[in-house]
Amino acid sequence: MPTPVQAANELAENFELLGDWEERYAYIIDLGKKLAPFPEEAKIDDNRIWGCQSRVWLIARRKEGADTGPGTGPSSRDAGGDILEFKADSDAFIVKGLLSLLTKVYNNQDPRAILSFPIEELFERIGLVKHLSPTRSNGLHEVVKRIRAIAAEHDAAH
Amino acid sequence: MAIEAKHTFDPVRIRAEFPILAKSMNGKPLAYLDSAASAQKPQCVIDSMVDLYTSYYANIHRGVYQLSEMATERYEAVRGKVAKLINARESREVIFVRGTTEAINLVAATYGRKNIGPGDEVLITHMEHHSNIVPWQMLCEEKGAKLVVAPIDDRGELMMDEFEKLLSDRTRIVSVVHQSNSLGTINPVREIVALAHARGIPVLLDGAQTMAHKRVDVQDLGCDFYALSGHKMFGPTGIGVLYGRAEVLEEMPPWQGGGDMIRRVTFEKTTFNDLPYKFEAGTPDIAAGIGLGASIDFLEGLDLSGAAEYEAELLRYAEDNLSELPGVRLIGTARKKSSVVSFVVDGMGALDVGTYLDQQGVAVRTGHHCTQPVMDRFGVSGTVRASLACYNNRDDIDRLVDGVRKVIRIFQG
Repeated sequence: MPTPVQAANELAENFELLGDWEERYAYIIDLGKKLAPFPEEAKIDDNRIWGCQSRVWLIARRKEGADTGPGTGPSSRDAGGDILEFKADSDAFIVKGLLSLLTKVYNNQDPRAILSFPIEELFERIGLVKHLSPTRSNGLHEVVKRIRAIAAEHDAAH
Repeated sequence: MAIEAKHTFDPVRIRAEFPILAKSMNGKPLAYLDSAASAQKPQCVIDSMVDLYTSYYANIHRGVYQLSEMATERYEAVRGKVAKLINARESREVIFVRGTTEAINLVAATYGRKNIGPGDEVLITHMEHHSNIVPWQMLCEEKGAKLVVAPIDDRGELMMDEFEKLLSDRTRIVSVVHQSNSLGTINPVREIVALAHARGIPVLLDGAQTMAHKRVDVQDLGCDFYALSGHKMFGPTGIGVLYGRAEVLEEMPPWQGGGDMIRRVTFEKTTFNDLPYKFEAGTPDIAAGIGLGASIDFLEGLDLSGAAEYEAELLRYAEDNLSELPGVRLIGTARKKSSVVSFVVDGMGALDVGTYLDQQGVAVRTGHHCTQPVMDRFGVSGTVRASLACYNNRDDIDRLVDGVRKVIRIFQG
């Protein structure tokens, strides 16, 4: 499992291969279509992230870090602590695509790695800042905040 | 003022009065289709505010010096312009507020608090904007009263027979939108007023979406309150109007306390100013008031019925072309509607469409449009809404339709 930095680099490289904005848009939509399925029964208000533009849900699950097997390479969870897995969904594919980026970076990382990774730099690098940045009213900023809050909770509990 | 006497509506000339419409967005010429959220401003409105700050700005109602008197005179003249525009009997029936939201809150907090008690009812409709739901909900919670909601049908029309049945001997006020911001439906407000008044129930009309599209005559409508926003009628943000019949306003307690709304203040007792100042505490948005005056001059110079015909034709053009696209479903197909086309596309979120359109230079709104109950009623989480004003043209619509066609293709690919 790559570290957040490695995952982010790979994503950024993919984006750099794409040409104009339209291609990036189509790529994000495609990522959105391929986002891991989200359990329908988890689409409840408690898991909802309230943004103005579309509906977003997020759930997190704690997994034991030790059983990810050998050959995962160096990562910040060498301490053998627990790792987090996120699932998210939205009724807009553009948001699902962005959620896909987030889960690719954050999934199977330990809380400390999640908290220390500057996701904003990734968005800046792949040129989403202007058009689709988390600070826009698509609620993505709230998603990042929620992910960090969950990580902080697990970090404190550890 | 660049406005001449009344003449036949000329869309090309009108469009040229709005400098922002010649700008671009994301490198494409701007197609502004979000006038229901806020209308753009003609040059005369912009100039009027610059002129105020450049030539005669001072606080109003206070100074003894010439500048302040001039500012006061011009600001108060706007009150007269509003009264004339909506055909109020007197200027003192025009209360300046920040916008429609504040106007409704004022009525709920004063008329409502005074007249609504436990077990009483406030009647609204299913198509209200949140600003005509939440203030009443808050009041009902405080007073143990009940918010009653008249249903709408699948076209997005108010079901009048149901509405009539919901008027009860506990109904203390009816508060209804004149034209729906998310569906475009024009409500039969004259009939609503007649039904309510026959039972002695006062009526508030939310006119936020109406003012830019048709002439409103409050005496002809017969309503007790009419709420409107300057920024949706080509004026600035920060100013709106609550019209109220003088005899109703007189009986209402004041709302916010402060300067301007008082006659005499001692620590023991304060006596209040007369209408309209009783409801206007503190320094108002003077520049916005001046800008509103200019926007009324603009409206008065416009052949509004000609403009309405032109907008109706554009709306039909947009609806016809959008419905031909695969998977597009119009939300809100009332027989009487104006200036709004709301739609969803199968297998796509409204934001997916809106984000793509933004890139194409087309400005639309996506989401629930502050009418979540309407979205629930139609089983959608949000819509794409294109809303028109008299400055739009067929090219704007073609760009919209073309953008939607392209984004559908991307989703299919």
